[in-house]
Amino acid sequence: MQVPARFEYERANSVPHALALLERHGPESRVIAGGHSLIPMMKLRLARPEVLIDINGLAELSALGVEGDALLVGALVRHAELLADPEVGRYFPIFHDAERVIADPVVRNRGTVGGSLCQADPSEDLSAAFAAVRATALVQGPGGVREVPIRDFHRGPYETAVEPGELLTGLRVPIRPGAGSAYEKVERRAGDWPVAAAGSLLRLGDGVIAEAGIGLTAVGAEHFAAPEAEAYLVGRAPGAAAFAEAGRIAAAHCNPRADQRGPAAYKRHLAGELVRRVLTRAAARAGSPEGEE
Amino acid sequence: MTEGTTAAPMGFGRMHRKEDARFVRGRGTYVDDVRLPGMLHGAILRSPYAHARIVSVDASAAEAHPGVKAVITGETLAGMGLAWMPTLSADVQAVLATDKVRYQGQEVAFVVAEDAYTARDALELIEVEYEPLEPVIDARRALDEGAPVIRDDVEGRTGNHIFDWEAGDREQTDAVFERAEVTVAQDMLYPRVHPAPLETCGAVADFDRVTGKLTVWCPTQAPHAHRTLYALVAGLPEHKIRVISPDIGGGFGGKVGIYPGYVCAIVGSIATGRPVKWMEDRSENLMSTAFARDYHMRGEVAATRDGRILAIRVKVLADHGAFNGTAQPTKFPAGFFGVFTGSYDIEAAHCEVTGVYTNKAPGGVAYACSFRITEAVYLVERMIDVLACELDADPAELRMKNLIRPERFPYTSPTGWEYDSGDYPRALRLALDMAEYDKLRAEQAERRRGGGPLLGVGISFFTEAVGAGPRKHMDILGLGMADGAELRVHPTGKAVLRVSCQSQGQGHETTFAQIVAHELGVSPDDVEVVHGDTDQTPFGLGTYGSRSTPVSGAATAIVARKVRERARLVAAAMLEASPDDLEWSVSETGGRWSVQGSAEHGRSIQEIAMAAHSNLELPEGVEGHLDAVTVYNPPNLTYPFGAYVCVVEVDPGTGQVKVRRFTAVDDCGVRINPMIVEGQIHGGLADGVGMALMQLMAFDEDGNHLGASFMDYLLPTSMECPSWELGETVTPSPHHPIGAKGVGESATVGSPVAVVNAVLDALRPYGVRHADMPLTPANVWSTLQGEPLRTDLAIT
Ligand SMILES: Cc1cc2nc3c(=O)[nH]c(=O)nc-3n(C[C@H](O)[C@H](O)[C@H](O)COP(=O)(O)OP(=O)(O)OC[C@H]3O[C@@H](n4cnc5c(N)ncnc54)[C@H](O)[C@@H]3O)c2cc1C
Repeated sequence: MQVPARFEYERANSVPHALALLERHGPESRVIAGGHSLIPMMKLRLARPEVLIDINGLAELSALGVEGDALLVGALVRHAELLADPEVGRYFPIFHDAERVIADPVVRNRGTVGGSLCQADPSEDLSAAFAAVRATALVQGPGGVREVPIRDFHRGPYETAVEPGELLTGLRVPIRPGAGSAYEKVERRAGDWPVAAAGSLLRLGDGVIAEAGIGLTAVGAEHFAAPEAEAYLVGRAPGAAAFAEAGRIAAAHCNPRADQRGPAAYKRHLAGELVRRVLTRAAARAGSPEGEE
Repeated sequence: MTEGTTAAPMGFGRMHRKEDARFVRGRGTYVDDVRLPGMLHGAILRSPYAHARIVSVDASAAEAHPGVKAVITGETLAGMGLAWMPTLSADVQAVLATDKVRYQGQEVAFVVAEDAYTARDALELIEVEYEPLEPVIDARRALDEGAPVIRDDVEGRTGNHIFDWEAGDREQTDAVFERAEVTVAQDMLYPRVHPAPLETCGAVADFDRVTGKLTVWCPTQAPHAHRTLYALVAGLPEHKIRVISPDIGGGFGGKVGIYPGYVCAIVGSIATGRPVKWMEDRSENLMSTAFARDYHMRGEVAATRDGRILAIRVKVLADHGAFNGTAQPTKFPAGFFGVFTGSYDIEAAHCEVTGVYTNKAPGGVAYACSFRITEAVYLVERMIDVLACELDADPAELRMKNLIRPERFPYTSPTGWEYDSGDYPRALRLALDMAEYDKLRAEQAERRRGGGPLLGVGISFFTEAVGAGPRKHMDILGLGMADGAELRVHPTGKAVLRVSCQSQGQGHETTFAQIVAHELGVSPDDVEVVHGDTDQTPFGLGTYGSRSTPVSGAATAIVARKVRERARLVAAAMLEASPDDLEWSVSETGGRWSVQGSAEHGRSIQEIAMAAHSNLELPEGVEGHLDAVTVYNPPNLTYPFGAYVCVVEVDPGTGQVKVRRFTAVDDCGVRINPMIVEGQIHGGLADGVGMALMQLMAFDEDGNHLGASFMDYLLPTSMECPSWELGETVTPSPHHPIGAKGVGESATVGSPVAVVNAVLDALRPYGVRHADMPLTPANVWSTLQGEPLRTDLAIT
């Protein structure tokens, strides 16, 4: 039987309460959201927090919907909620594409958006999706709320801009009318972490690409993004040749490592192939009135 | 055909499983559900190294930890003569390491504590000093000059060689190869896989210091063999040992042997005088319990240019891990690999198998392989496709041309196996028709012209040899492979059947009741099946190698017939007639003996049962009651077979494979409960998809196990499985009392190669002939680049 080391448990009843608990228990305390990353690590005794601070009761972190010209995703929004929300699908089909292939329904019912981003696993799918759409992370500490551009959020494997004593409260994603987006993942089996995955967002104007966002995961792309490929696309006419070249550039700039999911050369190939595919799909979705295919 | 054999399923065919009433309510009792008063909990400290000398073990801090009741080390066991135990292959295995650790995850110490948490906490307090040694990881280097010697515990050992074994006629085979028009050769690996049952292994041991009786609850597929082994190893009197195998959450062969944890739990209970539970976790299960396969094979086929197969030659390097612990009949160190000529009528064959030690966990035949027939079928069915490539022939036609014809049965193979019965062309034709093979080939040709995902069609035809086995040839550690059965009929005609085998999901409580019901003309609901408790059941060797129905099922039919014959004598007394004048009939109202020609003038089995217990005057020599016992020693193995067709789509841009269709025609002789047969086939087909496409158990150069969790070692889900399309033919076994052949492993044996053949068929336009399992997206893509992966080593 796998059993964790000894720990204490506290249940937060508001964001200020959670922040106070974090402060009181110090660096050996950990926030627990869905627990689908933290609890397995505790059972394997790879993580040994002394105190768990449960934020599952914080309704204020569960908001999901359009606020002004942005989509607001609370940190406690479950994968399944993001997947089920029609407004999310209308403005950002990339999230529905991604959520369909993240884990399995059991994990999706419980795992949270905030937990996924804070876990900062180098293979996290949502990190690539949020990078592609250039979200802003909302981080709250004793001194108030900070806004962190998503591409500054991830500092390295398992490291984020959330400091000890802070909470990620949510993400804001600017809505671009008419933009298209898509996500595609290669996995060894349903519910598996990606071998490689890519997401993209494209906004077209006057026959050329006005904005391009490309997210990549599991291939060692810095900040889960492909800025060189994005820069190449902006101002160009969308099309097979441009998308293939963007894929090639993205592949050249990532830094995959071999593991049992595949050799580095294969992952690099996938980065290019998947970028090409998601650009093609995002372009097909772009421009149609509701953003859907 | 023998008596009672019909082409239709037996009476009561597709009845619902009796055991499901408790399983679907969550009311099964698995070993972890066993809770005894005063029970303690054990945990095992395992080696982080694949190969290291143990310099010292200091358990003092763990012993001093609050709640810890005992810490058992290799030294403790050595003092009791229990540090080593015999394996099922005439080797020894360390229970707790004393001298060296020989694979990552090997057992080093055992903590007994008040609860599972304390036991785990205390493991971290044990200090072990290791001196790391160079490990042997690549089996192909195990016999190299200067390779580290793993088993220096065995005096005089200078290398890692375990055994050489051969079958067939070398000279005759070589001669055929010399003059053959066409020969092909192919190296292939059947990688190490693991049965990964959802329920891991564990035990509750309860030694009663007053009565001296030891009771062990443990999910074992072979409870009686365990009892005898405990008696031999621990020196406990066998009648003071009771092994109870409760409900089992999957076995597949991984729960045949005795694991160090079981012995530790027993020693823990003897040491503390309290019951001790030990349950391993998922990683422990994957790292240390019996693996399967790990056969590095080279196949060669000699044929005529028009596709007549003449001979097959095989060389195998078998990786047995650090201890030779495969479970197989004594005279068969390579299991039944000798049936590698498969379903084909060929002139000559020869194989050589060399077993070697490596720094990996022991095991070898676990995972529904029918004693290595999986490897044999994989070899021959892959080779047929390689030959088809060479000849540019259609793989279905090539198989059809070479199948053993029905009139050749009983058929003696070039390696000496006597196949009992079969109509192979009929099964293959049915599978091809069901799959609409010609249409598939047309679609494939179309696709190859038009681009898009690649379409592949793969075929396999397998023959198994199951139901081990004839006592003269087959034993495990000297215990012959015959099974007992005992049938009691209560006065009201309700019956209790006691059998030695133990279900791990096969539905014995239903099918064995159906056999008795069929033979006695009673309802299966009136037959209770008792199994899995050595104090309550007769001796027998257990459930694995698809042997339950062929052996214990036969014993069941025979003991029921004995009861029926006793009933005849009692009925004769009741009817004041001669037993010879009575005839047996089964109608809607049940089974009855009656005077020939006047069925109304008879007695039902229930009436007879009551009379047998009454004051009825019985003829001289008739003891009373109807109860009977028997032991069944099978005259031969049974040979189930089948034809499978798999259709896949491959995305050449990503290497992803999708199984689009899978058609499986199985012939397992007479089907007792077709629903249960189909359920077992479904499970085995899913196994095949898993092995072919995703199950990866590789080791890095330090011997780290790279598949030690379900995130690394993937099991297929419903998303990877198509809706299975099943078909059947029924060719009864001529020597089995009800004509049944066993089916538990058929699909696991036959399906992996069908999937592999399909994927490689899709890749054929790229000049690909072979790639090893698992055909993960990375492996498929690498194969397309001309560099298939070596799947037993870490990807670099
Ligand atoms: C079987 C399985 C398969 C999976 N497959 C995939 C997959 O294919 N792709 C994928 O991307 N993911 C996958 N996951 C991960 C899944 O998405 C997890 O739910 C997610 O990683 C973590 O979310 P959680 O809410 O469970 O976080 P938790 O486990 O509760 O927390 C994770 C970490 O984040 C911290 N944290 C959580 N919330 C906050 C917050 N608001 N502020 C600050 N810190 C916080 C915690 O302290 C902890 O360190 C899988 C998980 C499992 C178990």
